Amino acid sequence: MLVFLLRRLAQSVFVLIAMMIVVFFGVYMIGNPVDILISPDATPLEVEETMARFGFDQPVHIQFLKFIGNALQGDLGRSFVHGEPAVQLILSYMPATLELALLGLIFSVMIGVPLGVYAGYKADRWQGRAIMTGSIFGFSLPNFWVGMLLILIFAVELRWLPSTGRGETVEVLGMRLSIFSADGLQYMILPALTLALYKASLVTRLARAGTQEALMQDYVKFARAKGLSETRILVVHVLKNIMIPIITVLGLELGSMIAFAVVTETVFAWPGMGKLLIDSITTLDRPVIVAYLMLTVIIFIIINFTVDVIYTLLDPRVRVRGEAT
Amino acid sequence: MSVLDVRDLQTHFFTDAGVVKAVDGVSFSLDAGEVLGLVGESGSGKSVTGFSILRLVDAPGRVVGGQINFKGQDLATLSNREMRSLRGNRIAMIFQDPMMTLNPVLRIETQMVEAVRAHHRVSHAAAKDRAIRVLARVGIPSPADRLAAYPHQFSGGMRQRVAIAIALLNGPDLIVADEPTTALDVTIQSQILAEVQELARETGTALIWITHDLAVVAGLADKVSVMYAGRIVESGPTDDVLTAPGHPYTEGLLGSIPGHGRRGERLTQIPGMAPNMARLPVGCAFAPRCHRVDETCRAKAPAITDIGPKRGLRCFHPIVETEGAA
Ligand SMILES: Nc1ncnc2c1ncn2[C@@H]1O[C@H](COP(=O)(O)OP(=O)(O)OP(=O)(O)O)[C@@H](O)[C@H]1O
Ligand code: SF4
Ligand SMILES: [Mg+2]
Repeated sequence: MLVFLLRRLAQSVFVLIAMMIVVFFGVYMIGNPVDILISPDATPLEVEETMARFGFDQPVHIQFLKFIGNALQGDLGRSFVHGEPAVQLILSYMPATLELALLGLIFSVMIGVPLGVYAGYKADRWQGRAIMTGSIFGFSLPNFWVGMLLILIFAVELRWLPSTGRGETVEVLGMRLSIFSADGLQYMILPALTLALYKASLVTRLARAGTQEALMQDYVKFARAKGLSETRILVVHVLKNIMIPIITVLGLELGSMIAFAVVTETVFAWPGMGKLLIDSITTLDRPVIVAYLMLTVIIFIIINFTVDVIYTLLDPRVRVRGEAT
Repeated sequence: MSVLDVRDLQTHFFTDAGVVKAVDGVSFSLDAGEVLGLVGESGSGKSVTGFSILRLVDAPGRVVGGQINFKGQDLATLSNREMRSLRGNRIAMIFQDPMMTLNPVLRIETQMVEAVRAHHRVSHAAAKDRAIRVLARVGIPSPADRLAAYPHQFSGGMRQRVAIAIALLNGPDLIVADEPTTALDVTIQSQILAEVQELARETGTALIWITHDLAVVAGLADKVSVMYAGRIVESGPTDDVLTAPGHPYTEGLLGSIPGHGRRGERLTQIPGMAPNMARLPVGCAFAPRCHRVDETCRAKAPAITDIGPKRGLRCFHPIVETEGAA
């Protein structure tokens, strides 16, 4: 178990270094930020001065070594636009994205698990087929389109829910969060649903496949032989078995949920990291883009790691097997 | 009145390869406290017979004919809800594979308590109490502590004891025990056999003991039914059938038991292979492997005939006492 986790940790560090290289050179290619930082009518001397201040006059490899050196100290540069350190800037936008992703995840489980279990239970009937057909829409409809449709229905037509912004926030552990205030929660519902739709389809499929497999197992037949109701068999015996793979996959998907948030946040003007990224790309705010990409990688790594640990805790069989290896 | 009366049971599987008559006209009956041994090779339809009684035959299988009367009630006429209230309560079943029957992610406590509370309005604590008592009865040491364990923390033998305990939980009138000891080693096997037999005697529970091993039946069952290719080919009181088998197949099964028959005789195997259930011969299903076969056997299938008190036989040329001596 410990050996396994240490090995995973080493892999993660390797991935991190590889990502640093890719990100730095990738972003370096996308244009000269000086064009944006300096007004077109600046004198050549001013241009040179600015270049020197940001270190753009140095050769690429020197810039890269400096970048690595600073990055190891947690410094990914200052935003050209906001003047703040990029990492700090992103972290201040992060809570909004995380709470959105989390609520999205909760929605996708709440929608996907019941639908999937039911579809697996009625696999050969029209109900099961209808749910599966429906899940194809969840996969194929583009995020921004779903978002706009939801805005159109629930915000414009029915006027039930607000469509843009964060609403009231509450300070929890030093972070401003909407999820703990009734007003803020209202603002979260539509973007979180938009974000959840794709994952809900995924969860539906996973839950259906898991349910179908579980229903063929002897322990389900034995549960029936004990005289348990079908509901109890599905909700306790089947669910407990299929939640392990679902949680694993969902945990891994939390990262891509944050990535997906880019589009959703833009549609709903949700002030999270995703929106910050889009804004930074339009202004070529290089340090923010780099910091965003690096932080995303770190988040992915942390998530994968946590999932491994949770998985071990959830499945009593893995605990033992893990100890043996 | 008998506890269970099965008449001409037919359970067929409708597969792509054709209709498999897994159970084809099986009849037997059981009184309270009586033990029936249901014996036959692999694939002869023993498990399917058991599942048919509980109405738990999986698709593409279906009970297509016959009657199952449980304490005077035709089970086919019960609603799903009524049937469920019998399962695990009045009729219990112990499955063949102890490794697969318990849910791997639920504690033993959960799996036992739910079995009690599915049928009785009792508190969790009361159900747990009962679970502890029954676990102790089937020989699980310190049952109160073991309740918190998961199935994988038990050995195969212990798991099978738990499965047996679950079957006993609600004091059923009938237990279908599907080869519950084959996966275990011989000493544990006989230990469990003795315990279950004693429990059945005490409580008046009728028992169907499914096995492919006639030797197991010898010490345990009051009567046996020998199954071949979905049919009962011979039935009768255990001692009679074992000492004077009438059907060549029963004789063959006896011949493959060590220690049975005269000393110095070699163990005999039944020649040939278990039949392909999807394409049985027109006549007697045992004909391709039978040493007494003739044209009659190949032309049509023998019907079951009574050959004495409580003895039935499905064969045109049964082995008779005098002939055996000659
Ligand atoms: N799901 C199924 N689909 C098709 N045929 C089946 C199915 N289940 C059982 N059968 C058929 O029913 C026959 C009897 O099966 P059953 O499980 O009752 O045998 P058994 O006597 O219990 O054998 P064993 O000693 O191996 O447990 C098999 O030979 C098989 O042809
Ligand atoms: S009927 Fe014929 S083939 Fe069948 S068991 Fe009897 S003797 Fe053998
Ligand atoms: Mg079987």
